[in-house]
Amino acid sequence: MAQLKVNGKAITVEADEATPLLWVLREQLGLTGTKYGCGIAQCGACTIHIDGAPVRACVYPIGALSGEEEITTIEGLSPDGSHPVQQAWVELDVPQCGYCQPGMIMAVAGLLNSNPNPTDEDIDLEITNICRCGTFSRVRKGVHLAKTKKA
Amino acid sequence: MTEGINLSRRGFIIATGATGLTLGVLAACAPSVRQSAQEGPPPPEVNAWVHIGTDDIVTIRIARSEMGQGTLTGLAQLVAEELECDWTKVRTEYPTPGQNLARDRVWGDFLTGGSRGIRASHDYVREGGAAARIMLVQAAASRWGVPPEECTVANSVITHTPSGKTLRYGEVAADAAALTPPESVTLKDPSEWKIIGKAVQRLDTVGKVTGEQLYATDLKFDGMLNAAIKAAPKRGGTVASFDASAVSGMPGVKKVVQVDETAVAVVADSWWQAKTALDALQIEWTPGEGSDYSSAAFEAELDAGLTAPDAFVGNQTGDVDAAFRRAAKVVEARYNAPHQNHACMEPMNATAVWTPEKCEVWCPTQNGEAALAAASEAAELPIEQCEVYKQLLGGGFGRKGATDYVSQAVKIAKQMPGTHIKLLWSREEDMEQGFYHPISKGRCQGALDADGNLIGLKIRISGQSILAGIMPQALVNGMDFATFQGLLPSGSDPRVEDQTLKYTFPALRVDHAMRNPPVRPGFWRGVNANQNAIYLECFMDELAYAAGRDPLEFRLAHLQNSPQMAAVLQAVADKSGWGSNDGMHRGLCCYYSFGSYTAACAEVTVSDAGELKIHRIVAATDPGYGVNPQQIDAQVAGSFVYGLSAMIHQEVTFVDGEAQQKNFDTYDSMRIAEMPEVETLLMPSGGFWGGVGEPTIAVAPPAVLNAIFAATGKRIRKLPLKDQALR
Repeated sequence: MAQLKVNGKAITVEADEATPLLWVLREQLGLTGTKYGCGIAQCGACTIHIDGAPVRACVYPIGALSGEEEITTIEGLSPDGSHPVQQAWVELDVPQCGYCQPGMIMAVAGLLNSNPNPTDEDIDLEITNICRCGTFSRVRKGVHLAKTKKA
Repeated sequence: MTEGINLSRRGFIIATGATGLTLGVLAACAPSVRQSAQEGPPPPEVNAWVHIGTDDIVTIRIARSEMGQGTLTGLAQLVAEELECDWTKVRTEYPTPGQNLARDRVWGDFLTGGSRGIRASHDYVREGGAAARIMLVQAAASRWGVPPEECTVANSVITHTPSGKTLRYGEVAADAAALTPPESVTLKDPSEWKIIGKAVQRLDTVGKVTGEQLYATDLKFDGMLNAAIKAAPKRGGTVASFDASAVSGMPGVKKVVQVDETAVAVVADSWWQAKTALDALQIEWTPGEGSDYSSAAFEAELDAGLTAPDAFVGNQTGDVDAAFRRAAKVVEARYNAPHQNHACMEPMNATAVWTPEKCEVWCPTQNGEAALAAASEAAELPIEQCEVYKQLLGGGFGRKGATDYVSQAVKIAKQMPGTHIKLLWSREEDMEQGFYHPISKGRCQGALDADGNLIGLKIRISGQSILAGIMPQALVNGMDFATFQGLLPSGSDPRVEDQTLKYTFPALRVDHAMRNPPVRPGFWRGVNANQNAIYLECFMDELAYAAGRDPLEFRLAHLQNSPQMAAVLQAVADKSGWGSNDGMHRGLCCYYSFGSYTAACAEVTVSDAGELKIHRIVAATDPGYGVNPQQIDAQVAGSFVYGLSAMIHQEVTFVDGEAQQKNFDTYDSMRIAEMPEVETLLMPSGGFWGGVGEPTIAVAPPAVLNAIFAATGKRIRKLPLKDQALR
């Protein structure tokens, strides 16, 4: 039994405390926008926010949460898909297959939370998600475009 | 928080076909395409390709699979062009493989591979759009009592020109559906195209940025259980025994099942519970053929193949042996290509439900009909009692043309009748049970005359045959034509004309010593063009330097019979500033595959410590016609990520029959920091339809390798680069 605050709502889930947050979100809360890609925090497809900072949920046990943290998933990033990163992503047609993109978007949104004006070097350092389709050129453009947009 | 997604109702609707609502597609008034014309009322569709609702929403049926390459949008553009419909009201949906069979394969084949999505269906999908337009105009003309020739059509509105009367498509779609289709249609001349060639936005982007887009892994059905699977980690291994009782009491576990002779699965309430129990399950394996395979030891066999007397000859011109006898200088180089895994971001998965009467599967697949056949076989039910619902793919790259995971899901579901079973592979399973890029080596020999002209070229490929491994029926007298991708003679066989060599050499021999390890090979984005381009184009570079000639000029001297190839090569050289002295080191490559002409010029620097920085790659492609330039740009850049990830990072090695790389920590993939700027030059010269998703992948690695030589004077001939010192 664990208390969680997800996308602004307090909820109780039944799960072993070793269960990674990813699987609680996907299987118990039905928040399937957050994806499984590797299970070892390598690819970033499962990136969500804890108190606004990007976290890889596939290795984050729910037992490590106190219940006070604000967990945000792609579904809760904005009420209507209008977060600046989402706007930029649509405008530039960033996704290809799209599977890694919720994680990519959460990583970028997390970067902008801590650094509203990232340089290319900041992007290289902070955005380490894998995209096998190879959307990186547009991801980079998208970060710079998102900086100019308002929620 | 967002409400959990419950698909069970939608799943039920799909299962019964009651309204034909297609998963993941918002169709306001969707067709019940399961009905054939013979039973019941005619389906409310204009024809197989087009359904138009009373609200003017045009739903275009797409047979090919969307896996990121943009084929949904590109194919819809082709239909919409001839249909003259309002593009803002276009939606897409997949017909199912079962519907296709029931309707005499009206949508053709469903195979999505070989960069054929558009080039192998542009004619019939455009004809489908044109036929629908003719029927809509006929319906309007009939209602007005005027000849159809007096009507014009644009943006889903039909106008009777003399009277100025108008009708919208949605108003006459039902009438049109009742008409007999025209026997023949005339397609537009390319000069009249308004949507084809336009950089329209993709139709499938919004859901991908909000998390609403569902992939097969996201589906949920009432009562659904989840399965985690483990197949024999060693090649050829089989299940000897396992102790189910040890994990049966673990949380959520419902059943431990032997899937077939090679694999065991745990079925549980949640996938995490299934995976946790599977990891705890002790499984004993019986080794089989290939269980002692070592890829390092296999190198000796490949080396032997490089000089073996017998080989399949794929291309031969002139007297190459005579050319070498009179050569002033002979140059030789050997290159390699390792095993690689596709590593799609979405691991293999499928959801199946089986009863003695019916089997249904929801899965990502590049080959819907093959998935249906696999489901039928595994279900031991006639194909008419099976159905496959294709889902959007989270990457495919060739891997999801195979059906192993579909069969497994059905075999598990068959042991729990009536329950939806979602099988999801772990990343480790994906790495261990791949259809790997074939392992191969290339030996290239060039004969130069005293003036530095190339008078003879020999390329010996020693290595694995994809066809021998997974499609032996496609071998011709034992020979695998696909091995020679991009190196085949032109004019010999129309079926392989899209994979021919564009250089002209006075004397040439390309042959293949087939050496097959006990590892199943697969079609991996770009397929054999990947290593063949390295063999040919790195060696052309070596020859140019050995002859003291400029690599651009040296290549152009052999492209006299291919103006399109010369044009793309010259374009990348010009755009990149080939020959300029600006601190950048440049490398060139040009290659023809999947019916398209491609070239690249890479700009790199290599630090004194041997660190490579790829600054920019200028890439040109001539696919004949370019349907959506902005998506072609995305495919070019994306193909470079796939190809360069392999060149820099990726190798699967086998020790005692087992893949040693289990996840992205040891099988890395390019991240954004390594991504060069990519400048795409789209140069459609018209008159042919070439592929887009794969052709450019082949030109990036040779261009970079040649640029590394320009920077360092050192040839890197063994891949991946991560294990090589560049200085």
